[in-house]
Amino acid sequence: MSTVATILGELTPAYWQSTLLRVLIIGILVPTGALILAIVFLFKVMAWMQSRLGPYEAGPKGLLQLVAEVGKWLQKEDLIPRGADRIVFKAAPFVILASTFVLYAAIPSGPDPAFAANVPTGVYFILAVSSLSVIGVLMAGWASSNKYALIGGIRAAGQLIAYELPMVLAAVGVVILARSLNLQDIVTAQAQFHVLGDFGIALPFIVVQLPLFVVFMAAVQAELTQAPFDMPIAESEIVAGYQIEYSGFRFLVFFLAEFATAFGFAAIVSTLFLGGWYLPIPGLADDLQSGWWYVLGPIILFTKVMIVSFIVFWVRFTYPRFREDQLQKFAWKWLIPISLAWITLTSVAVVVWQ
Amino acid sequence: MSSSETATDAAEGTEAEEAEAPPRDDRREAILARITEVLGDAVVGSHIRPGDDLWVRVDRDAWPDVHELASRRLGCTYFSFLSGLDWLPSPFGRDMDSQEDILTKGTEAKEPAPMASGYAGGDTRFQVFSRVNSPTEAYGITFKADLPDDDLSIRTLVPIFAGAQWHEREAREMFGFTFTGNPYPVNLYLPGAFEGYPLRKDFPLLSRRVKPWPGIVDVEPMPGQDSDEGEGEDG
Amino acid sequence: MTAVVPDAEQRAYVAAQAADARVNVEFESEGMTLNIGPQHPATHGTLRIVAKLDGEQVVSCEPVPGYMHRGYEKLTEVRTYPQINTLVNRLDWVGSFANEVPFILAAEKLMDVEAPPRAQHIRTILFEMSRLANIVLFLGDLGAQMGGVTAVFYGFRDREFVLNQIEAVTGGRFHPNFDRIGGIKDDLPKGWIAETKVAMQKVREFCDEVEDLLIGNEIFKMRARGVGVIPADVALSYGLSGANLRASGVDYDIRRDGGAPGLAYDKVDWKVITHVDGDCFARCWVRLQEVRESVKICEQLLDTIPAGPIMAKVPRIIKVPEGEAYAETENPLGIMGYYVASKGDLTPFRVKIRTPSFNNISVVPWVAKGVYVPDVITILASLYFILGDIDK
Repeated sequence: MSTVATILGELTPAYWQSTLLRVLIIGILVPTGALILAIVFLFKVMAWMQSRLGPYEAGPKGLLQLVAEVGKWLQKEDLIPRGADRIVFKAAPFVILASTFVLYAAIPSGPDPAFAANVPTGVYFILAVSSLSVIGVLMAGWASSNKYALIGGIRAAGQLIAYELPMVLAAVGVVILARSLNLQDIVTAQAQFHVLGDFGIALPFIVVQLPLFVVFMAAVQAELTQAPFDMPIAESEIVAGYQIEYSGFRFLVFFLAEFATAFGFAAIVSTLFLGGWYLPIPGLADDLQSGWWYVLGPIILFTKVMIVSFIVFWVRFTYPRFREDQLQKFAWKWLIPISLAWITLTSVAVVVWQ
Repeated sequence: MSSSETATDAAEGTEAEEAEAPPRDDRREAILARITEVLGDAVVGSHIRPGDDLWVRVDRDAWPDVHELASRRLGCTYFSFLSGLDWLPSPFGRDMDSQEDILTKGTEAKEPAPMASGYAGGDTRFQVFSRVNSPTEAYGITFKADLPDDDLSIRTLVPIFAGAQWHEREAREMFGFTFTGNPYPVNLYLPGAFEGYPLRKDFPLLSRRVKPWPGIVDVEPMPGQDSDEGEGEDG
Repeated sequence: MTAVVPDAEQRAYVAAQAADARVNVEFESEGMTLNIGPQHPATHGTLRIVAKLDGEQVVSCEPVPGYMHRGYEKLTEVRTYPQINTLVNRLDWVGSFANEVPFILAAEKLMDVEAPPRAQHIRTILFEMSRLANIVLFLGDLGAQMGGVTAVFYGFRDREFVLNQIEAVTGGRFHPNFDRIGGIKDDLPKGWIAETKVAMQKVREFCDEVEDLLIGNEIFKMRARGVGVIPADVALSYGLSGANLRASGVDYDIRRDGGAPGLAYDKVDWKVITHVDGDCFARCWVRLQEVRESVKICEQLLDTIPAGPIMAKVPRIIKVPEGEAYAETENPLGIMGYYVASKGDLTPFRVKIRTPSFNNISVVPWVAKGVYVPDVITILASLYFILGDIDK
């Protein structure tokens, strides 16, 4: 394996080559493969929770369900309501999708240079980019010229903006511990986080940041507009809210964006709280530059993403939904005070013990 | 009015004749007595099925008053329903043994029976009837009121029982009654532009005008009569 | 547990909602008219609610039924009594056996026929089983309307056990058409009693599961407590029935208070469940407890079915003597009654069908003033109606 590492280390690809590789991996391979596997896994697990079978027709054991879904949505009629603002209507799904894919660009899946962009202010960049989707939701809600869509869009605006704050605050605690906004630094900090003394095992930040982890997960749930925060898409009230007038390819984009954003946020959660692509494997625990991490890193990250998305969708299928005023109260009265308190605690602890 | 005494007298007379069979229903008799005591002449008819039910027919003008009495003083605070009765025998017969039966079996078209009202009497074709229950005493009263043919209107019960509003709307669109004072007399079931009053007997069952009913079965005669051919009634 | 006092915060919320609604109406700001339905996942069928909104608050709300009006009262004038039995199954199509019973009881009153004890017993068992099928669906659907979709699947899955048993006896899962004037159509198949006891056990487990998943869920309680409060006098004057009435504190249950002979409730030990609050949570909670009581009733009845004939001596062709009769029973949705006026023919002269959901939904304009749009859905969900019942 070290020969591979040495070979890889001695490669000095031209800029266009590395860009092509990154586009191939980030833009095509990763989303496709991961989405297909992950979505089917999620569908099956959710179906098991609801005592039903889930997809099992498309492909062996239903593994190609996503391919079937894509095909189905692509061949549907492309409807645009008569009173709709055509340009805004058409652009809205892609705004959401764009913000999601930019999100993927900043998440490290292995030590340098195994990921697309080493953004120095990673956390800040990710949180800023993810809030671009609010614009897309509002565009969709307004341009649909449908009262249900409008209600959904406005609910979404209120909710998504309200829950930005808990998300940011929850990330601050991690940033304080890692002393850096760069996501790669955060992973390496967790790799060296021996907070319980020199046990030999580095601990992920979740151990000391559990309340912030919970707050962040709640905020993620709200940012994804998943139950219990799915007021904008409340299916039994406003029947898909801002997505109601979309059909065919555009709805497919919404559908994929929902799952892609879920996995993107799960990846962020894994990176910030669960240690990212790092796992204290005996033998490799200290050698962060080893070539093994190029292979194991993505796999470990993928597993953690699956675990976190499982939790997200588990909560989604269990809880009823909040009403918006209860939702706002929850954010302002519970999540924000808790995160502020814990940040203070963390800062004090960092100063005292270091 | 003499008709009230004749109606109750007739009921009591038959009961006296039947002597042993149905026991007198003291509780319902007492309720009827209280109503008659308060409303006097407005009670124009009544009927008691002992152990079962009480019918009271009142004058049209006393319609809200008797409900107020039932609600305030008799404890019948539960509003069950309100609707109409059209006592005209249907000129269309059963509508199933109309064309096809006459053609195939030669059944004679039935002569419609003369119009006759039901319990507690009645002088007109249309009657409004309602039912209130007492949640504490476990009984109910059915009230009826005659509506003269030329003026199918009666006062509304909405101030007394708020739930009467929907029932009055339905009775209005189905029979053509007017409930003066109903705050929102708009069609409930029927579309806005519907013409006619469906539950009246002279309004035909439209679906059978359009297409004969495929489920026509022949009627088996009563046991002991001549056996015509035919299957039994669908059971 | 019957008395649960809503806490001060919920009371203040309700008062604030009412105050806000008054303020908004006085401002007469132009609101938005939203049509909830007739095609909508939250209404059990094609019910249309026209809501005038001010932002997210409802200024006025008017249900428009009639999208499924089938003209039952007109049809009954040209159908014979057994045919009406089939027709009437389709009123409340979720617990259909229950629709037949009051009609058969009214006809039996007029014919002066009483079903033999075995028939009455089995009739009551099937009646209670239709209640189970109906309310289990309600509990599952509650999840769908609140957003916790998992409960739906559990509801439908556990309802299957009850439906299988109903099918084993009557031949029909949804439209049994099993009751006859004078008794019931067929006797019980072999082994049915034991299987039904197993089904009862499954329903009991479902109740525990749904209590855990949904009724006891904090978010559900937040959504349902203090929302849609209907005081007892309003409930009585609107003619609400079933769990809606008992959740407002009125202790009225036709099974105990009605006195319609023909059902075997007096042979069973059971109690009526009431709740003081009158809000959405109370209605849902009362229904959950009623399912448990129903299971208890069924199990007691299953143990004590008397032997004997299942049909009284009734002529082959039913000609009901002249007269009028009214019979009502405590159906799963509420109080259902049939007023049968007969002239001695094969067909009735007039049948007035008193359906519970008609009255239950007539209270929506009163109760949905000043609430938020999600609360309208909560209120509709808790009032529980079936479109066939509203629209006849």
